[in-house]
This record gives sequence, structure tokens and C-alpha cells, in this order.
Amino acid sequence: MDHHLEQQAAESEKKAVKLLGMWASPYVLQVRWALAMKGVEYEYVEEDLRSKSAQLLAYNPVHKKVPVLVYHGRPIAESQVILEFIDDAWNHRGDPILPRDPYRRAMARFWARFKQDKLSPPIWRWFTTEGEEQEAAYEAAVEQLLVLEKELAVSGKPFFGGEKVGFVDLSLSPLAYVIPIYEEIVTGGGGGGVKMVTEEKMPSLAAWMGRFLSSPAVRGHLPPLEKLRPRCQAMREAFLVSARAKVEQQQQQ
Amino acid sequence: MARVGGELKLLGLWASPFVTRAKLALQIKGLSYEYVEEDLGNKSELLLSSNPVHKAVPVLIHNGKPVCESSVIVQYIDDAFAGSGPSLLPADPYQRAVACFWAAYLEDKMLTPWGRVFKVKTDEEKAEAMRQTIAAVDVLEDGLKECSGGQGPFFGGDSVGYVDILLGGMVSWVKASEPLSGSKLIDAEKTPLLAAWMERFCELDAAKAVLQDVDRVVEYAKLVMTKNAARASNNN
Repeated sequence: MDHHLEQQAAESEKKAVKLLGMWASPYVLQVRWALAMKGVEYEYVEEDLRSKSAQLLAYNPVHKKVPVLVYHGRPIAESQVILEFIDDAWNHRGDPILPRDPYRRAMARFWARFKQDKLSPPIWRWFTTEGEEQEAAYEAAVEQLLVLEKELAVSGKPFFGGEKVGFVDLSLSPLAYVIPIYEEIVTGGGGGGVKMVTEEKMPSLAAWMGRFLSSPAVRGHLPPLEKLRPRCQAMREAFLVSARAKVEQQQQQ
Repeated sequence: MARVGGELKLLGLWASPFVTRAKLALQIKGLSYEYVEEDLGNKSELLLSSNPVHKAVPVLIHNGKPVCESSVIVQYIDDAFAGSGPSLLPADPYQRAVACFWAAYLEDKMLTPWGRVFKVKTDEEKAEAMRQTIAAVDVLEDGLKECSGGQGPFFGGDSVGYVDILLGGMVSWVKASEPLSGSKLIDAEKTPLLAAWMERFCELDAAKAVLQDVDRVVEYAKLVMTKNAARASNNN
């Protein structure tokens, strides 16, 4: 295709594909990386989640959340659903996001669910609590991370998707950049230094993190670490303040 | 029934609605399989080695390779046996995304609070969990409308699909909820489309072959809740 036609095609694609997002959302970032993997041109709309647009509420009335991918005017919500849709709709382009083999597809979906059901909850609890509750959450999170470590180590591949980034890598992506931020915030000030993913305990995962962030699609749109840090810090503080207030209330009763 | 494309074994528990989903999918696709009833108090070596992460049922073992998580199993059955029986997911990518969206809604917004009903200690917590579950059923009514596109009574339109199977696996427990909690989960007055869906679903041969007897489920659920309550008070 000559340059002029290519340009026209890209422009009309941009009109056909719109992504409603928010800069801090790891779910939105996953979708942006998936779109980059397929070389899809799109219009990006930054949403203010404290003041949701009429557009967002109309496109995602059920959850009122981002990301929402709008394809020829029709909305798709929920990041995992969007990732599979991107793979389907552009399956003639770029590398597959999900494996084509049915068994490997099932494994990919299994690990994505694992992340959601078994891994994210204790990590979130670890980040938003203190004392005994935090210690217990830490142990639970490490236990699940070791499961992932084993999976990656046994495969001997650079990514969960094999030779290249795939569905599971995208689903696990917050591990690559959010955990280091959490580690800094949680251990800062008090010293100690309780890391969650260390090269010692989880060599494959530790290596995967850097490799993932250097991969082509991710490199083109790095997570905004400088802005994320203070935001995460404020979140932890808010949770701790609220929890301490509750304890005080209970003690006064 | 045809033994298409290799050996199938399903590890399950008769009461589990998640296992029922797998059975429904296998039945609808016309696939024969060996069923193994597990004793969750004494899990088999096969179960523990096939599902080391969760040690839970259902597990589908196809030519010796295990697939875990009921929603993953149903999709796998559709993918691996594409030539056998009807397709469970639409061919069109957008329609497929709509189905997957509502499947995720079912899992996260309806089943998560519903599961809590059987685990929490106080009546207040139980009532709150039921409220959340029923609120989700209300929204699911819209989901049925959107998925079916007016083409038929099922989420799949005029034929049974992925979301029908995921919800279908729960039907005996849905019916058990009235004797157990006093509340109807699917109430014809509040969610007429879902009530009609349930009636039509139960008329299917696959449903008749696979769905558990509701009274047995009620007894089983009472046992589970008693056990959970005893465990909770022992921990105090």
C-alpha cells in the first residue's frame, strides 16, 4: 500500500476505535499495550473518574468504569474481555495475544483468573493494611507469587506467553511495575526493607519484570511511575487512616 | 454418544454447580466422558496432581492434560471440540465480547456475594449478601435482553450458549434458595425474562440429564452451613 493510502487507512481506523481510559489504571494500560501489539490506531479519551462523562456512563452503564473500548460505536468493557476482543477483531494482524491452541488458551485464561482471584486480593490487602493483618497478607501473597514463579521457571520461556508477550503477561502486568512502587512505600521510613519479589526467592519473576517493561509494546508506552508513586502513597495513607479511625470507634464503644 | 478426539475424564462433586456447568457443556456438545465423584474430605491423588493450585473440582482431563476452573473448562470444551455439536460462543467477535462480558458479570457480581451467603456468620451479613446477589440478578435481566438480541429465550438467542451454561449450572441452587433463605433468586415478577429462561432451560434434554435434585441440594446446603457455623464458633 502506498504511503497516502496507508495514512487514509490509519485515519479511518482511528475514527473507528476509541478507548476511554484513565492514566493511572493498570487495566487501561493493558489495553493500550494490546492495541500497540496489533498496531491499531485509536482515539484515546482521558476520563476524570471523580466526574464521569456522559459518554462513559452511556457506554458502560453496568460498571461505570474504564477501560471501555468503543469499536465502530459499540462499547466493550472489562479489560480481559477487551483483550480477547482485540485478539479476535485483529487476528489477521500482529502476533496472537492468546495462544491459538485450545489447551494453551485454556491455560492462559486459567492464569488470568488466578491473578484476579488468588494474587491480587492479598497484594492489595498487604498494601492497604498494617500490623498482623499486613503480615498475614504478605505471607498469602508470597505463597501465590511462588506458584507463578514455579510456572515460569518450569516453562523456561522468557514470557508467560512463550517467546513473546501474551495474554497472561498483560494480565500480570501490574506486578511488573506496581509491586516495586508498593515495596518502596510500605518499607519506606521504617527501614526494614521487606520486599515481595526478590531475585533470590523468585529469580524468574524478577527477570520477567524487567523483560516485560522492555518489550516493544510496553516500551512504547511506559507506565507513569513518577505520577503513580504519590498516588499510591496517598491511597495507602487513606486506608490506614480509615482503619485506625474504625478501631478507635470500636474501642470507645 | 460419539467419543470424539480422545479421552475425557471429569473430576467432580454431585452437588457442585460448577461441576454441573462442565457436565452441561459436555452433554450439549454430545461428548462422552468418564465421571469421577470426588470426596472433598479425602481428595484423590489424581485431583491433587491435576489441580495443585486450587485442589478443587471440576477438573476436566483431556488425553491426560488437566483443565481447571469451570468457566475455562466450558470455553475449552467449545474450542477443542469445535466440530462437535453446536458452538457455545458466537462467531462474531463483538457478540462474543458481549457474551464474555455477561459471563464475567455473573461470576463477579452475582456468584461472589452468593457464595458469601453460605460462609458468613451473622444473619445480618447473610441478608446483605443476598441483597447484593438479588441486585445482580436484576441487572442480569438486562444482560439476557442484550445477549439474546430478541432472537430467543436463551443468552445464546434461540440456542444455548456459554452464558446459559454458566448460569444453567447454578439452576438447582437457584431453586434451592427459596427453601433455604426465604428469598426467590429468580422471581417471575421482578425478572420475567430470567424466569422464562429458567423454565426453558430446564426443558432441555441436557438439563434433565444433568441438573441435581433440588431437595438433595437443600439438604446438602444445610449441612454445609451447619459445618461452617460450627467451624466458625470453634475458632472463637
